[in-house]
Amino acid sequence: METKLKTPQPTASGCEGCPMHNAGNLRKLGVNMENSDFVIALAGNPNTGKSTVFNALTGLRQHTGNWPGKTVARAEGGFSYGDKQYKIVDLPGTYSLLSTSLDEEVARDFILFGQPDVTVIVVDATRLERNLNLVLQVLEITDRAVVCLNLIDEARRHKLQVDERRLARDLGVPVVPTAARQGEGLQDLLQAIHEVATGQTVGKPYRAKSESPAIKRALARLVPQIEAAFPGLPNARWVALRLLDGDERLMQAVRQGELGDLTRPELVMLPEAAANNRLIPLEVAS
Amino acid sequence: MTTVNPTVNPNDILQTAESLRWEIGPEFHEQLMEGIYTEAAKLADRAVTRPEEKPRFDLDRTIDKIVTSRVWGFPMMILLFTVVFWLTISGANVPSSLLATLLIDKTVPLLHQGADFLRLPWWLSGLLIDGMYLGTAWVISVMLPPMAIFFPLFTLLEDFGYLPRVAFNLDNMFRKSGAHGKQALSMMMGFGCNAAGVVATRIIDSPRERLIAIITNNFALCNGRWPTQILIASIFIGGLVPAYLGGLISALSVVGIALLGVFFSFVVSWGLSRTMLKGEVSTFSLELPPYRPPRIWQTIYTSVIDRTLIVLWRAIVFALPAGAAIWLSANITIGGVSIAEHLISFLNPFALLIGLNGVILVAYIVAIPANEIVIPTVLMLTVLVTGTDAGAGAGVMFELDSQADTMALFSAGGWTLLTAVNLMLFSLLHNPCSTTIYTIYKETGSKKWTAVAALLPLAMGFVVTFFVAQIWRLFAG
Repeated sequence: METKLKTPQPTASGCEGCPMHNAGNLRKLGVNMENSDFVIALAGNPNTGKSTVFNALTGLRQHTGNWPGKTVARAEGGFSYGDKQYKIVDLPGTYSLLSTSLDEEVARDFILFGQPDVTVIVVDATRLERNLNLVLQVLEITDRAVVCLNLIDEARRHKLQVDERRLARDLGVPVVPTAARQGEGLQDLLQAIHEVATGQTVGKPYRAKSESPAIKRALARLVPQIEAAFPGLPNARWVALRLLDGDERLMQAVRQGELGDLTRPELVMLPEAAANNRLIPLEVAS
Repeated sequence: MTTVNPTVNPNDILQTAESLRWEIGPEFHEQLMEGIYTEAAKLADRAVTRPEEKPRFDLDRTIDKIVTSRVWGFPMMILLFTVVFWLTISGANVPSSLLATLLIDKTVPLLHQGADFLRLPWWLSGLLIDGMYLGTAWVISVMLPPMAIFFPLFTLLEDFGYLPRVAFNLDNMFRKSGAHGKQALSMMMGFGCNAAGVVATRIIDSPRERLIAIITNNFALCNGRWPTQILIASIFIGGLVPAYLGGLISALSVVGIALLGVFFSFVVSWGLSRTMLKGEVSTFSLELPPYRPPRIWQTIYTSVIDRTLIVLWRAIVFALPAGAAIWLSANITIGGVSIAEHLISFLNPFALLIGLNGVILVAYIVAIPANEIVIPTVLMLTVLVTGTDAGAGAGVMFELDSQADTMALFSAGGWTLLTAVNLMLFSLLHNPCSTTIYTIYKETGSKKWTAVAALLPLAMGFVVTFFVAQIWRLFAG
């Protein structure tokens, strides 16, 4: 379904150079997967409003519910912003990427092997501390991330002040406050996604530095070896940590050379291959 | 082609990792997690300014204290659901009869006139109008009003944040029965649609507990079965008491059946976790989300689009061929007796033993694809067997203006209070619909567990209705 909506083009050429110029150009395309320029993954803890953000961006009306674990299958949608087509994948909500439950594996595999152009991490502004656990883990895997500081209205209601600039400086990736239920901040979010996807913003993600000396020593030996085997791998340190933790899936990826594929950013493995093929869309859901 | 450097053997990396793992010791995973938590706490602390004022009255916590309290949790739950069903039952009558007047009283004669004008043969107009059209019109007028009231109400409860509190209340009982506490959440989904509930069990990590959740999901009454419960309850149970109490008593009996389903979930989970699916109970942390003011209009919109119309569409898709099949089976005769009557009299002896009748069992066979069409099928077959002139000829699905007419028809078909009670029980306890069975197969990938999930509830249905019938007859003489 290729419906081109005519958006009134401003005649004055003055604004065309400005990056906010295209902000009104969001065309909601629903599920149109053809010819997408960028793939966006939507990650986050359960019940942070991920599905609401997804619906707001795509114009789809996936059912959202106020309880954790609502989204167990991946939902996909698309939108266009500026002159680019985006495909957006709503991952299951997870608290971490370390354990091995099915939903965490789906999310982890997609971020790692699916190599989305941008990973948007939706966090609950009222529960920032716990939500940051996941953010830090995602930032170990990818530097192409945007933090969506959602439920900022709830935070205001609880009289919490979140300094998003400070957070963005600390994390090294863009942080956008939003209230997706009210549509607040979505234009800024789109702009941030656009800038990361097109390479206008390059993240310098925060990497934890508080390992014990023993772990530091182990990393110092293992990381160079991984980098030698897979030159250009963006997350050798994280892979090393997973191997030290005895992660079966990562060991398999090393053994079969899958990691080699991750060193070439132009090769985007489609999510169908990366995610568990047992997952069926929730088409029968009521 | 990959960019693996041929000079480094991947196995060397794994070996190095293996030996390093011994050096760093077994606490590695915990250290790693602790590190992440510490860093996260540090970063959050820098970014968040908390209000100086002391913790004041917190509405969320106060509501939680009531709805998850040991004393008030369950009564609150029953009260809320009773209100929801009472609103559904008392609100659905008027629009239902309006729809029936419009779709059946007004439209059917027009269609017949059209058919006569086109000189269609009697069997073709019978099949199309008296079979397919009437079956579908019946499903719409019976199902649409209760669904259009029930789903938005249920969705509002969900949007408000109440469902996780229900899960919290039930968690302890699920764990005691050897199942995962998250099963309470997949059960909540099952109250909408069992196929969706089965998919929702993916939130359960352990395969053992996930299987228990899948097998017992059918004990959560689904959309297709609510109308059956509501209709039978309002006719038979509500009819036992004065009119002003009727709605309330019917609502309470539907809540009773739903709670019985929850009880069977516990019993079967308990049984499975001690026999076929033994193992440890895993723990989990259930986050109680903050209460959010529900977005009323959006909720009504999404629940009408996502739930009501999807379920209604499914019912219509199955009602069309079912209407045709019933009409055919009622009009094709073997040895002077129609196929439907052959089937009914074949099943009747067994059906009477479990306090039902042949008509109901045939309806349940017809309704394997969709539970939604049980009641229309039952009514139509009853007309056929009793020869009552309620419809416009054999095998015609007809409209009934009032519940009194329906009651009269049921009495003519030999129905008693026992038949009604056992129908409600059997509607709770029988095989899942074919969509759910297929979903179970897709999710488990196992024929064995699919068969268990399909046949166990059916067997339980036979056992329970049998005992109820025997005891009932013992006391009722």
